[in-house]
Amino acid sequence: MAEPRIEDRSDTAGSRRLALSGELTMAHVGTVAAPLRAILPGGTSLAVDLAGVERMDTAGAWLVHRLVQDWTAAGVPAHVEHAGPDAERLIAEMAANDVPVPCRPARGNVALERLERIGRAIYLAADNIGNFLAFLGQTLVVLAQTLVGRRTLRWNAVIHQCEAIGVNALGIVGLLLFLVGLVVAQQGAVQLRAFGAEVFVVNLIGRSTARELGILLTAIMVAGRSSSAFAAQIGSMKLNQEVDALATIGMSPIEILVVPRVIAMAIMLLMLGFFGTVMAILGGGLFCWAALDIPPVSFVQRLQEVTPVSDLVIGMIKAPVFGIIIAMMGCYQGMQVTGNAESVGSRTTQAVVESIFVVIVLDAFFAVFFSALGYN
Amino acid sequence: MADLSPILPDDADVVIRVRGLTNGFGEQIVHDGLDLDVKAGEILGVVGGSGTGKSVLMRAIIGLQTPRAGSIAIFGQDTLHDDAATAKALRRRWGVLFQEGALFSSLTVAENIEVPMREFLDLPQPLMDELAGYKVSMVGLPAIAGSKFPSELSGGMKKRAGLARALALDPLLLFLDEPTAGLDPISAAAFDELIKVLKQTLGLTVFLITHDLDTLNAICDRVAVLADRKVIAVGTIPELLAFDHPWVREYFAGPRGRAAAASDPVGRAA
Repeated sequence: MAEPRIEDRSDTAGSRRLALSGELTMAHVGTVAAPLRAILPGGTSLAVDLAGVERMDTAGAWLVHRLVQDWTAAGVPAHVEHAGPDAERLIAEMAANDVPVPCRPARGNVALERLERIGRAIYLAADNIGNFLAFLGQTLVVLAQTLVGRRTLRWNAVIHQCEAIGVNALGIVGLLLFLVGLVVAQQGAVQLRAFGAEVFVVNLIGRSTARELGILLTAIMVAGRSSSAFAAQIGSMKLNQEVDALATIGMSPIEILVVPRVIAMAIMLLMLGFFGTVMAILGGGLFCWAALDIPPVSFVQRLQEVTPVSDLVIGMIKAPVFGIIIAMMGCYQGMQVTGNAESVGSRTTQAVVESIFVVIVLDAFFAVFFSALGYN
Repeated sequence: MADLSPILPDDADVVIRVRGLTNGFGEQIVHDGLDLDVKAGEILGVVGGSGTGKSVLMRAIIGLQTPRAGSIAIFGQDTLHDDAATAKALRRRWGVLFQEGALFSSLTVAENIEVPMREFLDLPQPLMDELAGYKVSMVGLPAIAGSKFPSELSGGMKKRAGLARALALDPLLLFLDEPTAGLDPISAAAFDELIKVLKQTLGLTVFLITHDLDTLNAICDRVAVLADRKVIAVGTIPELLAFDHPWVREYFAGPRGRAAAASDPVGRAA
């Protein structure tokens, strides 16, 4: 193995002669490419002597071909000498395929490009809202038709989704809310201890979890778990043309895929929200018992005194609304999948981000709404 | 009758040597003591019914699937027990074309071709662009395809681009997984022709999985038949026509097999 070398054997009469030797292969041409091109065309003619070349592949042949081309283009007739039959064939192959090929998309004006991107993003956002509204409308129509009995409800699918959304989430939601209850109690106790008002920890746990935290955190957890699953399931069905197949058989994809998920999610988020609230209160109660010496009996008694039923009702009213929104966001993003697998990934991400976002925004609306109604 | 054994004599110039290969998933055994030799400079077609493990065989040879038993040597180098550095060096010497092209979707076609060059070589960017451009043109893509993203290409163009990437480092050995599947007959014939020309100009050894009888007739020097968890026979198509096995007879002598043979001078000569 020898590194490739260039030797200038030009004679004085003006005819130039470059001898290449060594390995003219892809792994080695990097060292001679630049020096070879740095030699400016000159003299009356050029002979490229390949007698010393041990091996040559397409990269080496390309260099030789371009050398001959560049010099010829500059007005100096160039030719190759002492090339073996393989090398000759390779160089001829290069010549046959020497066309300028752009490697990257042409870059336009940077400012214009930026402007175009902003415009495109705004257009897509508006388009997204329009599409979602259309999807919402379609789903509500099918849902209404199902409720009045003009369409059949797929009970099997509903039950299956209930298991996937609800039953399978019991562990993670329960643990999460239990820990949150514990942390709220602990942090509250630290602050309230300063006033000797540790007993108010019960108010804090009861009111905050029943009304807000229980359902909000459950909804966020379920959005992360199930709305992503919906987007991915429906998205991959879309890619696989299963959704098209349903439509051609005469079954409505919304009826089969979306409505059961929406109904199951509305029911299960209500139940999970209640379960989560109970677990949070349990966590808080346990902390009160262990760290604040409030026995369970007093905890429950005080909880009953300070937490109005309206708090629990408000929390539970929000649950099905969140459920419907989360399910629709997931299904909508799934239905928007087109083209390739990459789109499933980005749509799934969008489903999670948007459903969590919308849940929090709606929760804020509910908070303002219920306080305006006088439920403080 | 010709010798249809998958094992070549010891003095043959063999690029891939597979011995006693056993592959399986869970309870299911795909290959059981499979032997195969691929000669230098030949196009070996691998055929077999669905589920006989053609792709699994290729994945095992290129190291994407760890076999349960057996040995695989490529260019005389044991691929199952080599260290990381030699394994990486070996990967420079082969190119793989997956069924759907497997192009990196965030890169343009030319940038896809430059990926192996960037990883293994130290070439100036303009030279890499020129070489990528040459590969684009060599596999018969229009020049404009160089700056396109994979999502903007048709199925046939994706395969050509995938082939260009597989050829980026001038490999000696090329693995093709159903290169003509999903192409229209004209594109498929053009692709066959392209592989044949590339084999001649670059001196490639090609390991080709296919269902396409026309491809087998047109470009394969020898054909290996996978059945009963082994390579049951390797030979030219005329030799295999005389081979007595129900699947092989059904495959080559069925209506499609006869039609493909009749349209090809090699088959007709048999």
